[in-house]
Amino acid sequence: MQSFLRLFGRPTRFFLLLSLFITMTASAVAADNPTPTSQNTLSISGPFEFTSLDPSKNGYIYTRMQVLETLLGVDNQGHLIPELATKWQVSDDGLAWRFTLRKGVVFHDGQPLDANAVVKSLSIAMGKHGTLARAPISNIHAVSEDEVEIQLTRPYTLLGAVLANYANSILSPDSYGRKGNVLAMSGTGPYELFQYAPPHKLVVKQFAGYWGKKASIPFASYLTGHRAESRVLQARSGQADIVFGVDPASIPMLQRLPNVSVFDDALPRTIVLKLNSGYPSLNDVRARQALSLAINRRGIANAVLRSPGSQTEQLLPASFADWHLPNIKAPEQPVVKAQKLLASLGWHLNQDGVLERDGKPFELTLITYADRPELITVATAIQAQWARIGVKLKVNMSNSSAIPAGHQDGSLQVALMARNYGFVPDPLGVMLSDYGRTGGDWGAMNWNDESVDRDLATLQSVTDKKVRHQLAQHVAQVIYQDRPVIPVTFYKQHTAVNSRVKGFHFDPFERTFYLNDMVFVSR
Amino acid sequence: MKKIFFPRLFQLLSVIWGVGTLTFILMRALPGDMAYRIAASRYGQDNVSSDAADLVRQELNLDQGAVVTYFSWLKELLQGNLGRSLVSDEPVWQILQHMLGHSLLLASVALFLSFFIAIPLGLLGATFGKKVDQGIVVFSTTIRAMPVFVVGLIFILVFSIHWNWLPVAGFGSPEHIVLPALSLAFTLAAISNRVVRNAAIKAFYAPFYRFAQIKGLSSGRTFLRHGSRHIALPVVAFLGIQLVGMIEGIVMIESLFSWPGIGHGLAHAIFARDIPVIQGAALLMGILFVVLNTLVDLVCYRLDPRARRQA
Repeated sequence: MQSFLRLFGRPTRFFLLLSLFITMTASAVAADNPTPTSQNTLSISGPFEFTSLDPSKNGYIYTRMQVLETLLGVDNQGHLIPELATKWQVSDDGLAWRFTLRKGVVFHDGQPLDANAVVKSLSIAMGKHGTLARAPISNIHAVSEDEVEIQLTRPYTLLGAVLANYANSILSPDSYGRKGNVLAMSGTGPYELFQYAPPHKLVVKQFAGYWGKKASIPFASYLTGHRAESRVLQARSGQADIVFGVDPASIPMLQRLPNVSVFDDALPRTIVLKLNSGYPSLNDVRARQALSLAINRRGIANAVLRSPGSQTEQLLPASFADWHLPNIKAPEQPVVKAQKLLASLGWHLNQDGVLERDGKPFELTLITYADRPELITVATAIQAQWARIGVKLKVNMSNSSAIPAGHQDGSLQVALMARNYGFVPDPLGVMLSDYGRTGGDWGAMNWNDESVDRDLATLQSVTDKKVRHQLAQHVAQVIYQDRPVIPVTFYKQHTAVNSRVKGFHFDPFERTFYLNDMVFVSR
Repeated sequence: MKKIFFPRLFQLLSVIWGVGTLTFILMRALPGDMAYRIAASRYGQDNVSSDAADLVRQELNLDQGAVVTYFSWLKELLQGNLGRSLVSDEPVWQILQHMLGHSLLLASVALFLSFFIAIPLGLLGATFGKKVDQGIVVFSTTIRAMPVFVVGLIFILVFSIHWNWLPVAGFGSPEHIVLPALSLAFTLAAISNRVVRNAAIKAFYAPFYRFAQIKGLSSGRTFLRHGSRHIALPVVAFLGIQLVGMIEGIVMIESLFSWPGIGHGLAHAIFARDIPVIQGAALLMGILFVVLNTLVDLVCYRLDPRARRQA
């Protein structure tokens, strides 16, 4: 080496050695601080944007990317499981819930998880829009360093499920600003935030200090792909390892590819028609039943959604046994029955093939939204199917907020939506807000049933499983008979997964992508 | 020079006020409740409700009159403050910086590439007879007749799917910009090559050009000395017009390629009724138009000795 260096003059030697030193230092730093590359990064593409670090707003993206965790988790059947709390006890009167925190948990910023951190996160979440704000909580306090107690003003069986919601994630105390706004994200998950480029790109890095199963893939990136065709092409080219929200029309093409598998997973999300039961042509239950009968659900499931078997007349799938009626059968000759029901209400076909009563045609306006691309195709299929019985349907594409806004100002007639009954992992949470006394923005409109209202209220305090089952079944039965909403199909999540990824599985409650269960296989 | 500069400065101030006011009026005139739109963008489709809308309304003081809101915006603007996003609560300036950086990069690369496509094509059409020219017309018409995202999709199919050379979408590395810039460049060049061609024909058949050839200059020297400047003038002037058209394309392209630019950001801000971001983005784009058009004028001024003589 020395003889080689002597070949050069002193300044050249100095620069050569300096360059060598810089290169070696840079390599050492690079080895210690790896950067995301296509080889070490699990690339995910999905349709949803994120604009904030606040868990009450976009927390779903951070729990899915496994940056944030909640006190309690949920298994695939909807049962509560330990997450940051290892156990929880409810007092006999149901007014106090005590949580014992997991030991040895550290936040990404190095601080240990303790009761004060949990109290701070939950207290901040209570002051924001979300599930915790609606819970009857009187006080959240630390009992000891690793115990937290939540006191309630009335028994509330939903609390465990509410705490599993993304908005109630636990962040390091230093993550918050003075007003409770999130300035930097430090959670407890197997991945920590590496790059935050809203609204499109998020990169997370494996966290070596994770308390549970450590991630094996060093980085994972999430890229918002607004256009369904662009996401499908990312799956096809191999640029994205996992593509969520594949549009049904692209499934056969993806299934033919040797390097891509398409997963179909059922979700507690249902495509539902919300009806204004106070609207003159919809205020009789027979009219709502006729509209339900006229829908060819099997056709929509097979041809439009390409999810055979997803057709349903109920809000929740069989996996939610409390809320699913086991003995519902598809009616025979439904269109004929629908026509008879409408005729019994005085509707008759005019010369244009449109139903008419007292000189007024049976016309409805349906609103739906673009966030989920299949809704507009389902809406147009329903438009064609209702036209066969003489109901004229106008379809308006809007923003999802048009549904609660239309509910509140009374202008809504019909809306098509993909309602997530697993938003709080216990469906009671959504059922309460949708079918309570005054109906709900995403549920019944101008429809009320006292027995449903009473049973939903009772379900919040009853813990006996048998009684809970009976009450939930009654609610499901009344909704099925009265049709304040018309379920069409269960929602299936279509996900394209590249063959280099092993260990993919889907969380029906959409809380996590299970990134730490995935590995890259060498090909 | 002053004749160009001062009217443009006045124009710039008028654009800032005009664009900001117009976007404010237009956004307020749109149907639908703003609070609901903002709530949907803030909390996501599963969590938007009338409670969320009420919270937004209260927090952002949306019930105060339009006039009060407008004047408080104007006051803030005079202090150089564009406000905060109604959806993310980030300072608008910070959001715009992030988006504008990406858009300017994309637009400049696209414009640069479009020159490399348009100039040779235009000169080919002007020089090599009717058949070549007709072929180029067919090519230009086909590209122009297609929506820009279809052009983008074709490029994705060829370069990303068939050859697997370039990524389909995303940003963060130089290879990510190639396809969106190329798609935009082709749609821009589809028209500008015709401008080059017309300007070239006009120059080639002009008496001064013929005279240069007759006096014995080589065709290369004739073109460089007497043709290029003459052709450049309408092409550079047309550039100012093309910048307006580019916005139309950039919204679609940014959406297709998940490129976090101002066009796409503006479209989403409109869906969300995020008025400060809309005003800020429109304002910035207005300023950019004036600045870029001034630059175009200055370049034309430098290129055209007649303009200097008149001044």
